[in-house]
Amino acid sequence: MSALSPNDIVITQAHAADSGPVRDALEGRADIMAMTQATHDAALRPADPGGISHGERAALAARIARLNADEDLAVHYLARLEEIAADEDVAALADPARKGEGDARRAALVAYTDLVSTHPRDTTAADIETLKTAGVSDADIVRLSELNAFLAYQIRVIAGLKLMKATA
Amino acid sequence: MSTIIHEFTTQIPSWRPRVRPIKLNEATPEQLDALKVTPSNTKVSDYVLVLANDVETLKVRTPLFNAIMYNRGGMGRAERELSAVGASVVNRCVYCAAVHASRYNQLTKDEEVMERVFADGEGAELDERQKAIFIFAAKLSRAPSEATQDDMRALRAAGLKDDEILDLILSASLFGWANRLMHTLGDPVIED
Repeated sequence: MSALSPNDIVITQAHAADSGPVRDALEGRADIMAMTQATHDAALRPADPGGISHGERAALAARIARLNADEDLAVHYLARLEEIAADEDVAALADPARKGEGDARRAALVAYTDLVSTHPRDTTAADIETLKTAGVSDADIVRLSELNAFLAYQIRVIAGLKLMKATA
Repeated sequence: MSTIIHEFTTQIPSWRPRVRPIKLNEATPEQLDALKVTPSNTKVSDYVLVLANDVETLKVRTPLFNAIMYNRGGMGRAERELSAVGASVVNRCVYCAAVHASRYNQLTKDEEVMERVFADGEGAELDERQKAIFIFAAKLSRAPSEATQDDMRALRAAGLKDDEILDLILSASLFGWANRLMHTLGDPVIED
């Protein structure tokens, strides 16, 4: 049984480290919280990022947070983007108003991310074909999907913990 | 020939990938380890072979999935399946819904709840506790901001304790993840 790490992202984002019933429940699932942090590391800072760089991952994460109205989490990923010292074109992906103009591959990453992060039910085979046509490899399509899928999970755990705390 | 299915069902379909699964005979040692391939276990689904394209995530996600769905204590297994179905219905992941609805039915020996959920979604007539769980999972899935303090109070009023509510949050959120893989990277199909 691992001990709870109060510095894990979902716990700090939800301000759930203070002693009380939410903290007690988290202590009982400390193993799951540790695995949650491990999946974050795999999706955001993998040893082998393939064709999707750490900078693009951090920028897309900030974008997804914003698309889900979680500005605090966006700030977290923007800080990570600064730490990586990503160039301007990469950092622009964090802004939902920007669509990867002038770069077919990045435009495809963004279009897929915007759809899957907010309306996954509307995804079709054509959306995957668009990525392939833009030169995104099959392995990178899986990486992009995992990044989106992880963020969907992380944002919801944070939102749920906040609600739990507000009503404890 | 195979046909893509679009309607919810408890008959588990096949899954046809839209991207290339890795080939087992070309897998790296890291991929074989994440796939848990051993001489006595060489059967791996196309879905998992697709996910092995991102081996670092697959390796840590599988234990997370199992812990959230099967760890002891907290909310019961059938209720975690109900939460998974709530997410899968909202996200229209027909494959995920079929797998987890059928597990719910196996665990509860009651097919009526899933029949109602598939027919009426969030309007389904359920008992107070089932309803509070299903509605919370569905709203959190549609958009995190849609789940409210009132939904949380409904869970508490229906008798859920904090450890159970945490398991509900985790299982519904986990299917925000699973649905985004299963529903986007392939199609649920039946063989004609």
